Amino acid sequence: MDQNDINRLRGKTAVVGLAESGCGLASGWSAMEIMATAVHDALDDAGIKLKEVDGVFAATAFHSMAAMSLSEYLGVKPKFADGSQIGGSSFLSHILTAAMALDAGLINVAVVAYGSNQKSAGGFKTISEAMPYEAQYQPRMPVTAYALSAKRYMNEFGATREDLANVAVSARDWALLNPRAYTHQDGPLTVNDVLSARPIVDPLGKLDCCLVTDGGAAVVMTRSDRAKDTKNTPIYLLGAAMEHHHRMISEMPDLVQTSAIESGKRAFSMSGYKPNDMSTIQLYDAFTINTLLFLEDLGFCKKGEAKELVKNNNTGPAGNLKVNTNGGGLSCVHPGMYGLFVTLEALRQLRNASGDDVGQRLDGGWIDNARLSVAHGNGGVLSSQVTNIWGVSDTL
Amino acid sequence: MPENLTGTVGPEQQFKNFLSEGKFMIQRCKSLNQFLFHPRVAFPGSGERDLEWVEASGNGVVYSSSCNRRLPEKGGDFNLSLITLEEGPRMMARVEGIDPDKVEIGQKVKARISSLNGEPAVIFDIV
Repeated sequence: MDQNDINRLRGKTAVVGLAESGCGLASGWSAMEIMATAVHDALDDAGIKLKEVDGVFAATAFHSMAAMSLSEYLGVKPKFADGSQIGGSSFLSHILTAAMALDAGLINVAVVAYGSNQKSAGGFKTISEAMPYEAQYQPRMPVTAYALSAKRYMNEFGATREDLANVAVSARDWALLNPRAYTHQDGPLTVNDVLSARPIVDPLGKLDCCLVTDGGAAVVMTRSDRAKDTKNTPIYLLGAAMEHHHRMISEMPDLVQTSAIESGKRAFSMSGYKPNDMSTIQLYDAFTINTLLFLEDLGFCKKGEAKELVKNNNTGPAGNLKVNTNGGGLSCVHPGMYGLFVTLEALRQLRNASGDDVGQRLDGGWIDNARLSVAHGNGGVLSSQVTNIWGVSDTL
Repeated sequence: MPENLTGTVGPEQQFKNFLSEGKFMIQRCKSLNQFLFHPRVAFPGSGERDLEWVEASGNGVVYSSSCNRRLPEKGGDFNLSLITLEEGPRMMARVEGIDPDKVEIGQKVKARISSLNGEPAVIFDIV
């Protein structure tokens, strides 16, 4: 199959509705209730009726068969469903699968959804099994894995904890502009705040780690011919690709190179655009090291140079690179699997720039004239990498 | 025992049984002349099944390291490292006999068999 055939999905589908639900603390609500509320809100946003949904895609840390449980709860009888679980990037791969199923004509309306009440239910929630050959050493997963990567990164490229801290400082600055962000009222962070926070797994401290919140999200996808006729600005899926090379951190071939190198290359190739064409850059920042790795692996700079890119708040609101403009997993929301929130922010920026009302931000929180966004998802322990490229209609 | 499973137990249990006997064994693929860890039923990526058990030299180098913070009443801080074995493969393990935050990348280490929570475990010491 030649590249033209592979790229046939470019621009064939679009997101026409989105919503989040229960972000922050949602005491008294179950993960399913939060997820289903997001689906109904996203359908309302799209102006599409529930009875038209015939494709259901979902993953959570609360349901072993999330797509089936969600379909039943909604009262939907899907013609195609996918509950693949590859960690926090699952939803970005669901979007690719949904695009394939829509393009093939198997379904007409897809919902991709997630929900979690981990914070109100007691803390970080996972359904991951213990890893053989690792578990007996009692790693504090997932933090230990990311700390091992960070330590190696610092050693190979002469990076410091200050370089990592710059990521958290910029993320917080974005959150201060976003009333939806969990830390919106918490004030700015300094590098020293990050360095002096409680150590969790050296070299990572508490403020190098993502938030632990509740929250759910959903998007509605259709084929592009129908998307033109919906009430909001459709945002088109221009490129999508995934890859993974390991499940356990001890099996990661190189701790400072993720398979985002491969997923990014193929997703950008499908889209016809380059990293520097992106108006906004939304990266799965479960830990500060992630942002450095993904800026490099997706091609925004050379390997080892991201520490220069994030200096002087260059990835903050006043900087040149619009990275994690909602505040990210570090300062906006992180209910355990953050991938769909990466996607939501990529889409919201484009819809806001197109004139849709997708909420209020303080001055500088919305990116003027945004036309293209990259959404990058990470899952497991720097394991599964999925890249989606989104664009408005004139980028088709 | 199904005919396509060779040996009395699978590689994971064999590895544990060796540890119980005080031996740190890894697998070697005869046709590729390459070592592998963790133990498997075939060589990863290419599928060769001619694997044999050999005793690891126990020599390794710290590939990366972390200090896992834990309350003193729960056992205190502990080290968790990734060790590149002299034979090539990498494994997770703890480095002991040194402050858990003082283990550095590139340090040479040597394996011994100790126990963690009542189970035999490969632990490394700084050489």
